[in-house]
Amino acid sequence: MALLQIAEPGQSDAPHQRRLAVGIDLGTTNSLVAAVRSGSADVLSDQDGHRSVPSVVQYASDGTTRVGQAAESSSADSRSTIRSAKRLMGKGAADLTDSWLSKHYEFDVDSGSLPAFVTAAGNKTAIDVSAAILQQLKQTAEETLGGELAGAVVTVPAYFDDAQRQATKDAASLAGLQVLRLLNEPTAAAVAYGLDNEEGGIVAIYDLGGGTFDISLLKMQQGIFEVLATAGNTSLGGDDIDNALVQWLMDQAGIDSLADPQLESDTKAYARDLKEALSAAASVSVEWDDRAGHELRTELTREAFDELVMPLVSATLKPCRQVLRDADVERDQVTAVVMVGGSTRVPLVRDQVSEFFGQPVLTSIDPDEVVAIGAAIQADVLVGNKPDSDLLLLDVTPLSLGLEIMGGLVEKVIPRNTTIPIARGQEFTTYKDGQTAMALHVVQGERELVDDCRSLARFELKGIPSRVAGAARIQVLFQVDADGLLTVSALERESGVVASVDVKPSYGLSDGEIETMLRESMDHASEDMQKRALQEQKVEAARVLEAIEAALQADGDEHLKAEERAVIDAHIAHLKSVVDNGADREVIKQAVQALEQGSAEYVERRMNASVRQMMSGQGLDEIDSAVGKAKHEACSSDS
Amino acid sequence: MQVDLSSNFFELFDLPVQFVIDEPTLITRFQDLQKQLHPDRFAAKPAAERRWSMQAASYVNEGYQTLKSDLQRAIYLLKLNDVSLDEETDTQMSPMFLMEQMEYREALEAAESAADPLGKLDAVRKQLKAGIHEQSQAFDQASNTGNWDEARTTVRQWQFLDKLAREVKSMEERLDV
Repeated sequence: MALLQIAEPGQSDAPHQRRLAVGIDLGTTNSLVAAVRSGSADVLSDQDGHRSVPSVVQYASDGTTRVGQAAESSSADSRSTIRSAKRLMGKGAADLTDSWLSKHYEFDVDSGSLPAFVTAAGNKTAIDVSAAILQQLKQTAEETLGGELAGAVVTVPAYFDDAQRQATKDAASLAGLQVLRLLNEPTAAAVAYGLDNEEGGIVAIYDLGGGTFDISLLKMQQGIFEVLATAGNTSLGGDDIDNALVQWLMDQAGIDSLADPQLESDTKAYARDLKEALSAAASVSVEWDDRAGHELRTELTREAFDELVMPLVSATLKPCRQVLRDADVERDQVTAVVMVGGSTRVPLVRDQVSEFFGQPVLTSIDPDEVVAIGAAIQADVLVGNKPDSDLLLLDVTPLSLGLEIMGGLVEKVIPRNTTIPIARGQEFTTYKDGQTAMALHVVQGERELVDDCRSLARFELKGIPSRVAGAARIQVLFQVDADGLLTVSALERESGVVASVDVKPSYGLSDGEIETMLRESMDHASEDMQKRALQEQKVEAARVLEAIEAALQADGDEHLKAEERAVIDAHIAHLKSVVDNGADREVIKQAVQALEQGSAEYVERRMNASVRQMMSGQGLDEIDSAVGKAKHEACSSDS
Repeated sequence: MQVDLSSNFFELFDLPVQFVIDEPTLITRFQDLQKQLHPDRFAAKPAAERRWSMQAASYVNEGYQTLKSDLQRAIYLLKLNDVSLDEETDTQMSPMFLMEQMEYREALEAAESAADPLGKLDAVRKQLKAGIHEQSQAFDQASNTGNWDEARTTVRQWQFLDKLAREVKSMEERLDV
């Protein structure tokens, strides 16, 4: 019996010195570090007064590494100046095809398990690049706070999978940071607004960044945040607004394409300026030319701009409806809406989201800083500076975790949106007589078929005692810790044989893949169910065939006359032919039933015989398994 | 505070072992337990304590999720009373219930091609909700009087309705463009 005495909060530890802890928002384009000082959380500026560090690292041939503004302003070799490394965190070589990164960088995918950027200072993985950024933030924090850090809370997108979280943690260790917790970005934003101090309610976190959109619903009550559901779209963001504006400029000027990459990037920068100006002004004057004689002088009104932005905003509302459904929450139950990400500065975004949720949205904290600030507050609690704090954050799994079962199907063990940490077991059994090993394949995703989900790990349980099919009992346990990292273990009950694996794949899902998988799981729900039903029927047919053939081989001649045997053989041949000829589920099912009915008499004779045999003094275990097997075979005739 | 991880979920949450529970008690007790046991409370503690905390918090989460759901709570009560559901092999249902199931399936199929599919689905959902409510009431009565055969039958039917309700939900998701 596991009894544990737990001291009341604040009593167990001796009073200690205040420890230094920070919150870090490790972003795709910018990263920030924040800390709680004199009771309030704020972003820490570096020596030059910058409140954020561009997530850019430059590796020079002389071995110097420049981070942030220094890397950006230097004009050296662009292949060695790494941007957006976050996109590659937890990913493998297979994810590099047709991505933005592969267009801009050279990769070495052969010399290690992780793909590496080829730079002037050698190969660097996304973990190395992130570690360099984290190191810079750590230095800023230690200089500003005047001491060594005891720990840090690092934020990750809510949809980050196991491999991406693991990679983030690895980068922090590499930078010499003690990670107190990986925190989901939306949860951090809610903490920043102090919503944990409210009476209780449901908070929606609307996060529209440069290239991604996320929406999460959190329930809060007595200082506890519970993530109810999360959804999003990894190819939706402020960049779409910029692109729409570029297109508008081209349309107005009457041209089809932009001549060169330089003009393209300058035009995009100009579009961003227009966008920012229109967040405050009702209209702006436009002066643009394509350096080839096409000139544009006009006025862009907020109204016309809104029209360009509208499709993007509408696209974000679909995931909003999805989280409400997933969490079984009505719109009017939402008590607060928090805006995160630079793109939420666009007035139309605020207006539309307000209208959707029927209330004003929260914008008082800078949407670019809100995540880092929330992380700092959580870090202060975790490091033990606030022993009386009630703040507790309960997160959920972003995608379902399961195992491959017969027929290439997925058995979900932990469904998505399950509160973590969680441990869940599932019992499996052997499929063949005398089977002594079992291969386990751990997958992640919402679809019914293994091929449509992401493979996370494979391992094998060996040394299962040899028994008839279905007699061994194998307990498979999934454990997801508070950071969302998974461990899977398998145990054979009778022998106590154990195998386990920390799921640390060399790569994980790409953002696009996660979103596509979620979307496809909806699009294909009914198709999947049909496929699954057919697949299950095929598995059932194979099981029945294998059982009857094994039985016939063992004692068919003993229990059956030749003509009886011929009838059963005919049923077997028929079932095999319908399965091989790709018949539909119903036809296979009828053939299975026909075989079972045709062999019912034989099965009964066998059962009686085996019971008689058992009575003549065998061990209890063998009786159990023999009865189990006989029953199993007998039962299958009425399924 | 003492936590016994071998206690059943009802005991863990200070609730009487019965179908109808006081939800505020469940929530309050869940929060109290997590405030003490969650790994975040052990972030600065030795590895052995952190591991224990993860196991304890997992157990509490599992219990909370089991008791929070009416259907899961009912299934758990059956398990506590050694009543097996035998989902795999047992397909014997009353003809009347099966007929009802077919009507639901037909209504679902009709809804998908209807002029106002979401409205039709909404009607089906409401009907299912009422059906589920009926099963839960029947389960409550049967389990309180120790009629486990009857309790088991209601859970089997409830599972069918629950599956349908989930299909309605995923259909709504597909239709939402």
